Amino acid sequence: MSDPQNTSDNPLGRDPHVLLRVISKFLIPLIALFAFYVQFHGDYGPGGGFQAGVILAASVILYALVFGLAEAKRAFPPRLIRYGMTLGVLLYGGTGVVNFILGGEFLNYSTLASDAATGQHYGILAIELGVLTTVTTVMIAIFYAFGSRQPETSDEDW
Amino acid sequence: MSFLELIPDWLLIHGPAFLMALPLIMAAITAILPNKRVAWASTFIVTAILTLTAFSIALYNAEVGSTLYKMGGWAPPHGISLVIDALNAPVIVLIAVMAFITVIYAMPATIAEIKPNKRAPFYAAFLLSIAGLLGMVVSGDAFNVFVFLEVSSISTYVLVAMGAARDRRALSAAYNYLILGSIGATFFVIGVGFLYMETGTLNMADMARILADMDGGSRVSKIAFGFIVIGLGLKLAMFPLHAWLPGAYAYAPTPVTAFLASTATKAALYLLLRFTFFVFDPSYTYVADVLMFVLVGLGVIGMLFASLQAIFQTDVRRMLAFSSVAQVGYMLLGVGIATTASVAAGYLHLLNHAVIKGGLFLALGAMWYRFGITRTQDFQGLGQTMPWTMGAFTILGLSLVGVPFTAGFVSKINLAEAAADAGWWWAVGIIMLTSILALIYIGRVLLMAYFQSPPEVNGNVVDRNEAPLMMLFPMWVLAIASVVIGVEAGVMVDAATRAAELLLGTG
Repeated sequence: MSDPQNTSDNPLGRDPHVLLRVISKFLIPLIALFAFYVQFHGDYGPGGGFQAGVILAASVILYALVFGLAEAKRAFPPRLIRYGMTLGVLLYGGTGVVNFILGGEFLNYSTLASDAATGQHYGILAIELGVLTTVTTVMIAIFYAFGSRQPETSDEDW
Repeated sequence: MSFLELIPDWLLIHGPAFLMALPLIMAAITAILPNKRVAWASTFIVTAILTLTAFSIALYNAEVGSTLYKMGGWAPPHGISLVIDALNAPVIVLIAVMAFITVIYAMPATIAEIKPNKRAPFYAAFLLSIAGLLGMVVSGDAFNVFVFLEVSSISTYVLVAMGAARDRRALSAAYNYLILGSIGATFFVIGVGFLYMETGTLNMADMARILADMDGGSRVSKIAFGFIVIGLGLKLAMFPLHAWLPGAYAYAPTPVTAFLASTATKAALYLLLRFTFFVFDPSYTYVADVLMFVLVGLGVIGMLFASLQAIFQTDVRRMLAFSSVAQVGYMLLGVGIATTASVAAGYLHLLNHAVIKGGLFLALGAMWYRFGITRTQDFQGLGQTMPWTMGAFTILGLSLVGVPFTAGFVSKINLAEAAADAGWWWAVGIIMLTSILALIYIGRVLLMAYFQSPPEVNGNVVDRNEAPLMMLFPMWVLAIASVVIGVEAGVMVDAATRAAELLLGTG
């Protein structure tokens, strides 16, 4: 919640949150990396798109907490949110449509490759990527919405 | 069967998944469409395709009987199944047709009621709501039903809140609906959870089989049944749980009100039928008790009280909303008597009331569109200023009362006959009494419209100002449909009887 531009009123002339900033700058990429680990390890172990999406969004939220909402919005512009949410749904639904086209049932991933097991693998990867995209953007959208009282997407964006 | 030959086999086989996938995906695309007219066109095309699909699925169902679709190729009970049978095929057609009709009407209505920058999201939420309703009707998996119930409910809260551009009270109405609707959905999912605990499965057919093996199961399944009935009771506006409905119907944008009134509560009622007769069975004593004392009791009280409340409303939309609560009472009465004829009559009333109430709300919306009319005393002289709209309103209003040769008459007479056959003569009396109450609240408005001259504004009598064709056409389709059903009820009665026979295992 500190304001990076406004350090002059501090009697010591130094940023009181310097420790927070340094540590979180170090942590944020790791959190994002961990999100992708959870995402791609979701096939084999606990994890998947939802958890990974929440973790990825947490990295943006931490950035916003430490560097301020305005900075976070510069790093992750709110107008991306609407496209992100839609893209995720389309990735998920589109996988189902591809299955339709390949002659299977909706979301029957076995059709995606000649080998059913490989097909299932591709299918899971595709839809989990969709889940990741949507969950990340929705989480950030919720945070932005609570963080600022004005509507995030301006009237021109809609 | 020449119509079915025109439909590709692919659509008949994959239709159930297509029905919910198409609006779901198109909702996402519509949300980012830049141009609101394109949003309308895409919604129009989607609902037209859905209507065609729903009709062909229903015809296909009548030909081959129940079909099961394995989502993702996984066989039930482990996989999610979509089931089309005689019970849900008519409801699918109802939802698709009402969506199509409402979208035609929404073209002029949204221009008047929704801000330009909110129109694309409006259509996106509308498509999502359709996807949720169709999904919960076709799903054969109890948990999946909950998911789609939430999809449709959440998008509906948004749609109701969009009425705020016209009347700020829409926000508090939407909030009420959100809280009560969420409680309803939570109760429903708690019930499903208890059922899962008892049976170890989420597939509805599998649940039914296991419960039958256990003779209705232990106390856990009784609790499950209680939670499910209350949860769905909130969603379908069963009498004391209807508090959200008048506000939501009165302040939502007019196309949303018409769509909600004709589909959302109906889909919840379909689920109640599905759970009481298909998953559970009226042969279990606790189910029979609930049917006999809770559903019939609340249904009858609702018929009387809500009809009386409707008489004293000054806002026409609230009047029709209370009338909806009363009509739900008829359906619950039919369900509660639990004979094949009575369930068929309740089911028939579900379909007929959807047509009638949808049309009435469309007519009311057109009156608001031209004159800003929401109160009963503003109806004076509408017979002269909006003759066509008022004509549709009159036909549908008489149908709601139950005048012979209208849809309302067919379902009420069937219900009264079924009640009499079961020896429930007092119920016949109540049906007659509430029909008279309906005559009072509809008649009050009709008298105002036809026997009073139009008001004067600044010394000039208000001129004739008919609703645009895109509003007249949908409401007249429904008005004519209600007369056609009233004169030639065979198809509808057959469909309802097939559904009831499936539920009660007498077919």
